[in-house]
Amino acid sequence: MSETMRQQIVISGVGGQGVLFATRLLAEAAIDRGLPVFTSETHGMAQRGGTVVSHLKVGPFASPLIRPGQADGLICLKAENIPAHGPFLHPGGWTVVNRASGGVGSLDADRIACDLGDPRAVNLVVLGFALAAPGDAGKPLLFCSLAEVQRVLDRRLAGRDSALKRSRAALEAGANAA
Amino acid sequence: MTRKLMMGNEAMALGLVENGVGLATGYPGTPASEILAAVAKSRSLRTDPLHVQWAVNEKVAFEIAYAGAQAGLRTAVSMKQVGLNVASDSLMSAAYMGTVGGFVVISADDPGPHSSQTEQDSRLMAVMAKIPVLDPDSPAAARRMTAMAYTLSEAFRIPVMLRPTTRVCHSRQDVAVGTAVETGREPAFKRDPLRWAATPKFRFKLHGELEEKLARIAAWTETAPVRHNPRAGGRRAVVASGVAAAHAREALEALNLWDALPFYQVLQPFPLHADFIAHLIADYDEILVLEETVGVIEMQIGDLHRTQGKWTGSVPRVGELLPEAIVGQIAAFAGRSVDVPQLPAVAGRRPTLCPGCPHRASFFAIRKAAPKGIYTSDIGCYTLGLNLGAVDTVLCMGAAISQAAGFYQAYRHAAKPPPVVATIGDSTFFHAGVPALIDAVVQQVRFVLVILDNRTTAMTGNQPTPATGIGVGGEALAVVEIEPIVKGCGVGFCRTADPYDVKSFIKLIKEALAYARETGPAVVIARHPCVLEEARRTGRPPGPPPVVTDACDGCGFCVERFECPALVMNADKTRVTIDPILCVGCNVCIQVCPKGAIEKAKDR
Ligand code: SF4
Ligand code: SF4
Repeated sequence: MSETMRQQIVISGVGGQGVLFATRLLAEAAIDRGLPVFTSETHGMAQRGGTVVSHLKVGPFASPLIRPGQADGLICLKAENIPAHGPFLHPGGWTVVNRASGGVGSLDADRIACDLGDPRAVNLVVLGFALAAPGDAGKPLLFCSLAEVQRVLDRRLAGRDSALKRSRAALEAGANAA
Repeated sequence: MTRKLMMGNEAMALGLVENGVGLATGYPGTPASEILAAVAKSRSLRTDPLHVQWAVNEKVAFEIAYAGAQAGLRTAVSMKQVGLNVASDSLMSAAYMGTVGGFVVISADDPGPHSSQTEQDSRLMAVMAKIPVLDPDSPAAARRMTAMAYTLSEAFRIPVMLRPTTRVCHSRQDVAVGTAVETGREPAFKRDPLRWAATPKFRFKLHGELEEKLARIAAWTETAPVRHNPRAGGRRAVVASGVAAAHAREALEALNLWDALPFYQVLQPFPLHADFIAHLIADYDEILVLEETVGVIEMQIGDLHRTQGKWTGSVPRVGELLPEAIVGQIAAFAGRSVDVPQLPAVAGRRPTLCPGCPHRASFFAIRKAAPKGIYTSDIGCYTLGLNLGAVDTVLCMGAAISQAAGFYQAYRHAAKPPPVVATIGDSTFFHAGVPALIDAVVQQVRFVLVILDNRTTAMTGNQPTPATGIGVGGEALAVVEIEPIVKGCGVGFCRTADPYDVKSFIKLIKEALAYARETGPAVVIARHPCVLEEARRTGRPPGPPPVVTDACDGCGFCVERFECPALVMNADKTRVTIDPILCVGCNVCIQVCPKGAIEKAKDR
């Protein structure tokens, strides 16, 4: 039997940035692969510009939450959240972060999204980057590929051509920045 | 079989629809808000009639659904835990009278609390009402438990509570879809006034019947606790329910204790199965009980020398039982010392009203017009008026008006009574504000009520209000407007205006204050649609951000007093800039800047 796929990812940002949407795209990509999946989301008051965090667990888990020190990766749409959510990572965990000042695993997604004329697409720019960025030994960071997430996006935004075009462009722009 | 990603709330909705619910009602409240809309969405799975509706509050919602069950339909009502407080009068009585069709009361708890006033445990309300309660650990389990709840409800003719928590409601899981769907029942109300309109004498009899039902439910095998690891032995056991059981399962695996500690999951925390209690007491010396948020299971085990839980103080009584805490609890229980990493206590970003939110303009105007006022407020996005210094009190739904009356009476004979300004949202006004307003008119309370009418129930995800005339599935309904209600309550001053026009709005509040000082309650309706809802509805892109000119000297007035998140002070505090990602171009800040340093964007 092949090794059971298990991946735990924390996606962090502030209310209004589209953390939920990015989480859902990855979760649906997991289902398309026939993998069991759990997510846990922030709703309510915090969605009004407060700190929000999603947990994504791909594989045979029972609990929807990731314990500190257990996450394989952190996708961070707001660099200011690193002190709060970085400790979710296990010692070898990776980080992808939206940050203007550069550094390993970082990209200036705010600028890329503004250049695209779609400032609200920061979530997809960062997600595109995470899907394309090479990890250890050139292996991809995430359990699924850019093409698989694109397929989920096509399905979710079917019939809304301009939204789909913009979203695809954002995802690709992020991937190209990797 | 196809699998679909489903939120717990959607999975419960699917469960209701699959199991033949014929009438579903509710009032929105985090974390339960998405259930009802999801029922409306899954209605297409059925060809027989299924009525789904938002009600004006939880009590009304409960009674509509309950009557449906009296008539023989399978019905459901959904709400958050504090909503159950509102519906508790009906709940206590319905438990005595029982049901004919299956009746499921979904009351979602919010340990944390993440988006609630309290961490109360709805299961205790089930104990008080004497009805059974089921405690799911995941979206898939919540869906299965809707079926279980209907079977239980109809077998014993009793309302059944389904109690998910935030981590069930707002987690998503892959769930099998395309399974069989049951059609609903035909209505067949049988007159039985001795039961349905019971006088105290018969209530006594019904109470006796209820106790008998509970005793039989505590022996009903279908909802009995589940032993997950039959191989484990010893005199120590772990008992858990709800999402704490899901965390416990992973914790036992992570600690390599799966084969060491017997692990039981309770599906029905009340009434706890009598055999199970006897088994625990006979076979174990120490029992760790993990549940949220009160020790409902623990108190029924009833032997505090054996249990470690909420009552003994071994498990924290306050806050959510996070998985890392559960790892620590189980490790300590097993006599292991492990180092469990914790998250550091980092203050996150505080929530604020959205950029362009009309409430921000209203609060700014209120503070300008009544700088020394007492500001009572209420439950909704506008609670965040806190950040603008225009909210002093928030108690519970509708309390803004009654508390305003209380403050007025308290200061009535003071030398210089402060002006009292209450704020309440449109949906909250309909929910619980109207009786309080009637009372204020009768007592001639001299205060100003600002009804923040953004044409939606925004905080919980933009559900319609009675004034929108739209149903849960988008269907057209009758409209009940706010003004005629205010006037019908006997208020002599009722004016409506758009708070975006800040200057005129301040003037209007001053007029209302003058009227209130002399006469009695004055009502101002601040009408402007929620920007989030408006953007979603129209699909219109936001307008261009205004321009900050050199006249800005960094005084910080707009940042402090208006606190639009798009207004950002630069690092050396000499000038404000506007974040183009956040700004929606509402242009209200132009009217706020005392230096006139913010100007409208030039037409491009
Ligand atoms: S959702 Fe609507 S009402 Fe709530 S803060 Fe945003 S704009 Fe204001
Ligand atoms: S125009 Fe001014 S008040 Fe309105 S969103 Fe932009 S910065 Fe905020």
